[in-house]
Amino acid sequence: MENSEKNTIEELGVSKEYQYGFHDDIKPTFKSRKGLDEEVINQMCDIKGEPDWMRQYRLEAYKIFKQKPMTKWGGDLSQLDFDDIYYYVKASDRSERSWDDVPDDIKKTFDRLGIPEAERKFLAGVGAQYDSEVVYHNIVEELDKIGVVFLDTDTAIKEYPDLVKKYFGTIIPSADNQFAALNSAVWSGGSFVYVPPGVKVEYPLQAYFRINSENMGQFERTLIIADEGSQVHYVEGCTAPTFSSESLHSAVVEIVCMKGSRVRYTTIQNWANNVYNLVTKRAFAYEDAQMEWVDGNLGSKLTMKYPSVYMMEPGARGDILSIAFASKGQHQDAGAKVYHCAPHTTSQITSKSISKDGGRSSYRGWVDVAKGAKGCKSHVVCDALILDKDSRSDTYPVIEIGENDTNIEHEARVSKIGEEQLFYLMSRGLSEEEASTMIVNGFIEPLVKELPMEYAVEMNRLIQLQMEGSVG
Amino acid sequence: MGHPLYQVDSGEVIFDGVDVLELEPNERAKLGLFLAFQYPTAIPGVSLANFLRLAVSAVRGKGANGSDNDGLIPMREFRRELREKMQQLGVDDSFARRYLNDGFSGGEMKRAEILQLAMLEPKIAILDETDSGLDIDAVRIVGESVSQLIGPDLGVLIITHYPRLLDYIRPQFVHILLDGRVVESGGWELTQVLEAEGYDPIREKHGIDE
Repeated sequence: MENSEKNTIEELGVSKEYQYGFHDDIKPTFKSRKGLDEEVINQMCDIKGEPDWMRQYRLEAYKIFKQKPMTKWGGDLSQLDFDDIYYYVKASDRSERSWDDVPDDIKKTFDRLGIPEAERKFLAGVGAQYDSEVVYHNIVEELDKIGVVFLDTDTAIKEYPDLVKKYFGTIIPSADNQFAALNSAVWSGGSFVYVPPGVKVEYPLQAYFRINSENMGQFERTLIIADEGSQVHYVEGCTAPTFSSESLHSAVVEIVCMKGSRVRYTTIQNWANNVYNLVTKRAFAYEDAQMEWVDGNLGSKLTMKYPSVYMMEPGARGDILSIAFASKGQHQDAGAKVYHCAPHTTSQITSKSISKDGGRSSYRGWVDVAKGAKGCKSHVVCDALILDKDSRSDTYPVIEIGENDTNIEHEARVSKIGEEQLFYLMSRGLSEEEASTMIVNGFIEPLVKELPMEYAVEMNRLIQLQMEGSVG
Repeated sequence: MGHPLYQVDSGEVIFDGVDVLELEPNERAKLGLFLAFQYPTAIPGVSLANFLRLAVSAVRGKGANGSDNDGLIPMREFRRELREKMQQLGVDDSFARRYLNDGFSGGEMKRAEILQLAMLEPKIAILDETDSGLDIDAVRIVGESVSQLIGPDLGVLIITHYPRLLDYIRPQFVHILLDGRVVESGGWELTQVLEAEGYDPIREKHGIDE
């Protein structure tokens, strides 16, 4: 056992390190004081050198944030102290484009995250967020050649002001919810992607980022615009080092899928156990466009995340595939929302959750069919796997149908790891831990098989680590 | 094999000098015991090949000849062996990628069990009604497959209601179990008697009503 443990660490280094958290000793070049007010926001705008419209946008959002009462549904947010958080940390003065310019400390972290390897494998445009600022953003030349824009959002505001201004905050307005308002006020980093009409990006665009400063809020803002008939797959993976006090991560992701386009957005998150991960993700899909969210949530103290698709015109399609793994002291409140705003639109929600060691996972789903949206189809499948009697799983589905001519199916299943399955695998030589890990990996296979190879491998490793020592 | 819902009230099981009843199911497998299930459980999402690689590695001992960092037998070697054995058993290549017993027909399940038997190379295998629910051709394929595997390294105990499987396997010893007891023992010829006369004469002889 000791030997295999060692092997696991050596081979994965990365994932094992994630488990315990690690952070390099980097001196942020600027750090705002704790807490948030207009002065902090103004200071942030000054340092970033942002245009006035963005300053006004932030200040307006801050006003909305202050007026919103604390969110009461979902998970327990009572421990979250907005005054005890740094809202802006800048790790280095400018975005780095060349690997040689990246500071050694940061490189070391990237090494552990496996980014250089990903590069060698010819994976496209690695954008990685370090603290609040993107310090390394390597855009593959091919992307330039085919007219694809892949930047951190701060840079995009300067280089593509009209494009950003046209769509920023149109999918998720500041007033949408408390955390969207907070993000709109203090956002930093995130990715901006624009894919021109008819362009199909053949390889996934990837962004790695991680929280690296205690008590630092991470509020990245991502905006993806897929023009008519284009196709793109965006992948993000996050990890965080473990700290004793609470951390807040509250991202906003907005996606515009124009006529006939196809966008897939894949997320694998493994937050440290003290992180509040409160994310708003939404896509508008127009005529015959297809939006797919693939969302894997591990770790964190509380995750509240419900990727949504608004099907705005006929023929649009929204697919949401999500997996949550709730372990000790964790609450995964995850799910999906689909809004059928036009006739002949189709959606599919597949949600899988695993609860272990007293962890709690909830599925919160919303299916909405507007009046007059005839011939819509929606299929929802929720599977929960509970590994022991201390753990918990709940389902909160809401279905609102304003139209008779529609076809909605909802299936929910809760299961425990079967004694028969364990016995069968063990009778073939597997230990109890190997057998349960295999059953769990099989359970999440529908998500894993949708992931790019390296992510699939990492996902299985993460599950393996989560399962370690889980059996008496 | 140590199913948690079964309790052994009396008697003992000794194999190679080891008290089998003391062992967990996986330890029994490592000792060289194998049970081909009558109704094997489905494990959705786990491919037959993935499962078999882990099982074979576990049974042969982690760290055994040339195993990789995870203690698994090297992928290439495993694939070669799996392909060989699948060909021997007349199993289609696509079988390896399918999820273990998930949506398998009766015949496919039994063949998957026999493939596991071939890969795990136990010393003693128990086939629990492996012929039940199979059509004539499937019984032949399973029977022929098993008889290929039997030899000095593998002893097989077959539990069956029908003598047909035994046409292909030709056991050295046949025991008839009636009402929880072995009532008749003999060689293969005993199955011929059964085939011709059925169970009734034996029931009458031992005074047990149907």
